[in-house]
Amino acid sequence: MEFKKITTPLSEDTIAALRTGDEVLISGTIYTARDEAHRRLTLLIAENMPLPFNIEGQIIYYVGPSPAKPGEVIGSAGPTTSYRMDKYAPVLMEHGLKGMIGKGKRSEEVKSAMKKYKAVYFGAIGGAGALIAKSIKSSKVIAYEELLSEAVRELTVEDFPAIVVNDIFGGDLYNEGKLKFAGKFK
Amino acid sequence: MKIIKLDQISNAVIDLITHAASNLSEDVIKSLNNSLDIEISESGKSVLNKIIKNAEIAKSEDRPLCQDTGLAVFFVEIGSDIAIEGGTITEGINEGTRKGYEKGYLRKSTCDPLTRKNIGDNTPAIIHYEFTGGDKLKISYAAKGGGSENMSRIKMMKPSDGIQGIIDFAVETMEIAGPNPCPPNIIGIGIGGNFERSAIIAKKALFRNIGTINPDKELAQIEQTIYNKINKIGTGPMGFGGVCTALAVHIIKEPCHIASMPIAINIECHSHRHGSVVL
Ligand code: SF4
Repeated sequence: MEFKKITTPLSEDTIAALRTGDEVLISGTIYTARDEAHRRLTLLIAENMPLPFNIEGQIIYYVGPSPAKPGEVIGSAGPTTSYRMDKYAPVLMEHGLKGMIGKGKRSEEVKSAMKKYKAVYFGAIGGAGALIAKSIKSSKVIAYEELLSEAVRELTVEDFPAIVVNDIFGGDLYNEGKLKFAGKFK
Repeated sequence: MKIIKLDQISNAVIDLITHAASNLSEDVIKSLNNSLDIEISESGKSVLNKIIKNAEIAKSEDRPLCQDTGLAVFFVEIGSDIAIEGGTITEGINEGTRKGYEKGYLRKSTCDPLTRKNIGDNTPAIIHYEFTGGDKLKISYAAKGGGSENMSRIKMMKPSDGIQGIIDFAVETMEIAGPNPCPPNIIGIGIGGNFERSAIIAKKALFRNIGTINPDKELAQIEQTIYNKINKIGTGPMGFGGVCTALAVHIIKEPCHIASMPIAINIECHSHRHGSVVL
């Protein structure tokens, strides 16, 4: 299997070259946010207040890591199910978000926003939090510390493994993969 | 009368929790390896290999298999010839849960359902009690993640829906779940009882070791049928397409009301963290 190496912030060219089903290794800075952090981020946007980080070209990773042991960067850090963030994702894309990492299906609204704002949805492997943690080189809470595991973190990642689920051309790996293998089990 | 001290219970619970978090049990590892032989999709195989690699890393580095270390769910069998010293079994289990999640650097995921404020120590544990004879206390534990729990369903079916209705409901539940519950999954099915009982036995069915055969021949047959149909959906590992969507289907059946046929489908993810201890 070929891997595409990509770095953040994602450029237009990088995004345009990604296709549904591509396995990628992501390096650079990414940001974490889950349910409550998303609610707060979109509230800031609604009130015309600055976000805790520059979202332009960036990737948000849907994760609530387990606590780091002393001397470690992070605990276990695999993706959480993305549909809970569907309500908030389009407005973040409108403000520059270019990538999301999570697991599970997205709503039609999110998928059309991805086409409109040229953003990509990556699937990471749920339940592979120990493996994924190996690609996380630093972690810093930058907002909402009181949310514990749900705080917003700035992560530095090196070769973070993921797969392109939704590209900017309307491709959807969940639909295509299922169609391809439906009825094939013997 | 056998005396069991409260801290024996909480210490046993601490060990169960911290061990299960980073050590995938043999039955699950074996079934993941079997899946690798069956899977024909490239991305499916890639996912399965990473899941197996993840289990190796988790074990050798003593790191949680998954960051969602679950709600703590217990099934407890209490022998009639034991007495607990120092408090109630519930207190002992909650104390063990509190300490186990802290000691293991595990994520605390219980929160108020409305304010969403985190309780902070992963209590209260969810505990189901059964009373048996003898002088043993058996505590079975599972760390139940939110992703797979969220896709579980319950339905009060009509008796006329029959076995076919049950099969269709189970397969439909997995169709709807798609990639969300981190397939490949273990599917616990509770048939009968009443509204709440069907859900409890569906959860209990998850505790059966993968690879064991249901002693009830008819149920074993239904399990096989549902297993085949789920794997024909095409969802595959993590939903990227493939033929390994179910690792196992486990059914428990109990008598129900003549007017009802309750059915509950409890989905468990490949990161099936479970264990038990007898005191
Ligand atoms: S469904 Fe299971 S494997 Fe997936 S993120 Fe939740 S606990 Fe982890």
